[in-house]
Amino acid sequence: MKVVLDSLSKRFPPRGKKGKEVIAVNNFSFEIPHGKLVGLLGPSGCGKSTLLNLICGLYKPTEGEIFFGDETVSELAPEKRGVGMVFQSYALYPHLSVLQNIIFPLENLKGKDKLSKEEMKKRAYEVARLVQIEELMDRRPSELSGGQQQRVAIARALVKMPRVLLLDEPLSNLDARLRLQTREEIRRIQRETGITTVFVTHDQEEAMSICDLIVVMKDGLLQQIGKPQEVYDDPINLFVAKFLGTPPICTFDGEIKDGKLYIGKQEVMSPFDLPDKKVYVGVRPEGFVPEECGKFICTLSALEVMGRDVSLVMQNENAHTDKFRAIVDSDMPIDTTKTTVSLSLKRNKVFLFDKETEERVY
Amino acid sequence: MEKSKSKAWLYLLPAIIFLGAFMVYPLIDVFIYSFEEGYNSASQSYFGTGTYNYLYILHDPYFLMALKNTFILVLVTVPLSTLLSLLISLALASVKKIRGLFQTVYFLPYVTNTLAVGMVFMILFKKTPYTEGLVNIILSFFGQAPIDFITGPYWAKMLVLCVYTVWVVMPFKILVLTSALASVKEEYYSAARVDGTTSFRIFTKITLPMISPMIFYLVITGFIGAFKAYSDAVAIFGTDLNAAEMNTIVGYIYDMLYGNSGGYPSYASAAAIVLFVIVLTITVINLLVRKKHVFNG
Repeated sequence: MKVVLDSLSKRFPPRGKKGKEVIAVNNFSFEIPHGKLVGLLGPSGCGKSTLLNLICGLYKPTEGEIFFGDETVSELAPEKRGVGMVFQSYALYPHLSVLQNIIFPLENLKGKDKLSKEEMKKRAYEVARLVQIEELMDRRPSELSGGQQQRVAIARALVKMPRVLLLDEPLSNLDARLRLQTREEIRRIQRETGITTVFVTHDQEEAMSICDLIVVMKDGLLQQIGKPQEVYDDPINLFVAKFLGTPPICTFDGEIKDGKLYIGKQEVMSPFDLPDKKVYVGVRPEGFVPEECGKFICTLSALEVMGRDVSLVMQNENAHTDKFRAIVDSDMPIDTTKTTVSLSLKRNKVFLFDKETEERVY
Repeated sequence: MEKSKSKAWLYLLPAIIFLGAFMVYPLIDVFIYSFEEGYNSASQSYFGTGTYNYLYILHDPYFLMALKNTFILVLVTVPLSTLLSLLISLALASVKKIRGLFQTVYFLPYVTNTLAVGMVFMILFKKTPYTEGLVNIILSFFGQAPIDFITGPYWAKMLVLCVYTVWVVMPFKILVLTSALASVKEEYYSAARVDGTTSFRIFTKITLPMISPMIFYLVITGFIGAFKAYSDAVAIFGTDLNAAEMNTIVGYIYDMLYGNSGGYPSYASAAAIVLFVIVLTITVINLLVRKKHVFNG
């Protein structure tokens, strides 16, 4: 089922007399193609959970429309939309067993959709097999690990065969190792069921690794939508460039003069077909190449060997952060006796942003 | 290890001394008195030992009256007050704007003196040479002849006592249930709504099980409290409860000790032990029911 958002806005009324109206989602329009896994990505408070709740139906939009396929669902109550939702804290009913939790949505069905007890059990065991929790069916949620609870929550959301599956920060309550494993699981389950899935996360790595599409948000505004690699390689503005990638992009104050890019007094790259102006320079950590002939000279403050790669921790007076990191191949010869290092920059890893608008100019 | 153990006992000592002197020792004493015939606290003497005290009170019409009154009070007020409190708490939870005001109003009886409340009930129910009482005035609008609630028929007096008791115990229950309802996470309701659960089913399948420990707590303390009822009856009917046919077990115990017909600590002790056994039995039954039906976090 494809999901279309058409100039969708959600504003919350001000709290108290001095409060300001909060615009959680501001004029959103985009289309999620059928059967894709989409990540809503942004820092805390950017409105991504609000957007999810709008799709789910727990919130009513202030303006705009939501379509599932060609049918508008903006006015429909959540239960009529055919969505499955996995909550951040899973919201498993603690007094019910795993089986009872999974069956719960089926027991709500009425009229012609009503299922027999055996049918419900059969369906519950089917999804349990899909998320691999068949042997836990008689346990209470409190007797399960975080990862298992997560699977139960997904099973409960899937059991009524929703048209759209929504996950709110599905991995945030898991430890690092489990998180890696579970995100693969989510990907696998989504592939096997083919259900259009939207999930919310503030962790860009999570989103990049499993999503077909990512939607980057900031302050209720859509920043960029696209395939993870495309957004990473071709960010639309400074915010998106900074938000994606670990270690983060390194940013510097720079200037274009006579078609040449300067960082401080050092001319680092040319030619650029741009008018003379001051810019922000963003360089991906993998965009630095230590070379004798490198034009960009930085102070080397530490070297971190991580097996496959080496990370150079460096300083430069024009950098926006006190220290920044470059990732280079471990066979690259680096003279650690020197306090400075000369670097060349890879052209496709360098982005230039306008100083006022922070929009990308190159 | 040994040292920390002796330290622990040292910290417990004040509590142990006080509980021992004022709880355990009197309890044992009461138990002993209840088997000593005609014990006299002034001369510390008695005629003999045996179950005579128990046989006496179980044949005493006043005690049987007190027993009956107490049981009616318990069986009517505990379920009724718990149910009403639950309904009011649910209503409070759905009110947004002036919830604070409502909560204060419902909590007022809790901080009001029993006897002052009794006065208010007098105005509501008592017939005087000048007025029939507020309730009777209202009833007269419906063509009902005035009823004497304070000195009239048994059912009318019991009605007033039950209404009074329910009214007095409700604030605390509302307070407890309101906080219990607030502690049910919003996400459970959201999840249930997304799954198309009807409000009735949300209430019976989610809300009720989740607040069941608190409901159970209220029922058990409600039972114990109602079995010990006394001051409420005094506030409405005065101190001569036997004459008013409104005595309770605790009232009977008091009368046997200090009342007009008082001076019988042996009978009082026996009645106290009977009350203790009843409360213990009911509580044990409650706990057994709890094991079966109440969800434990």
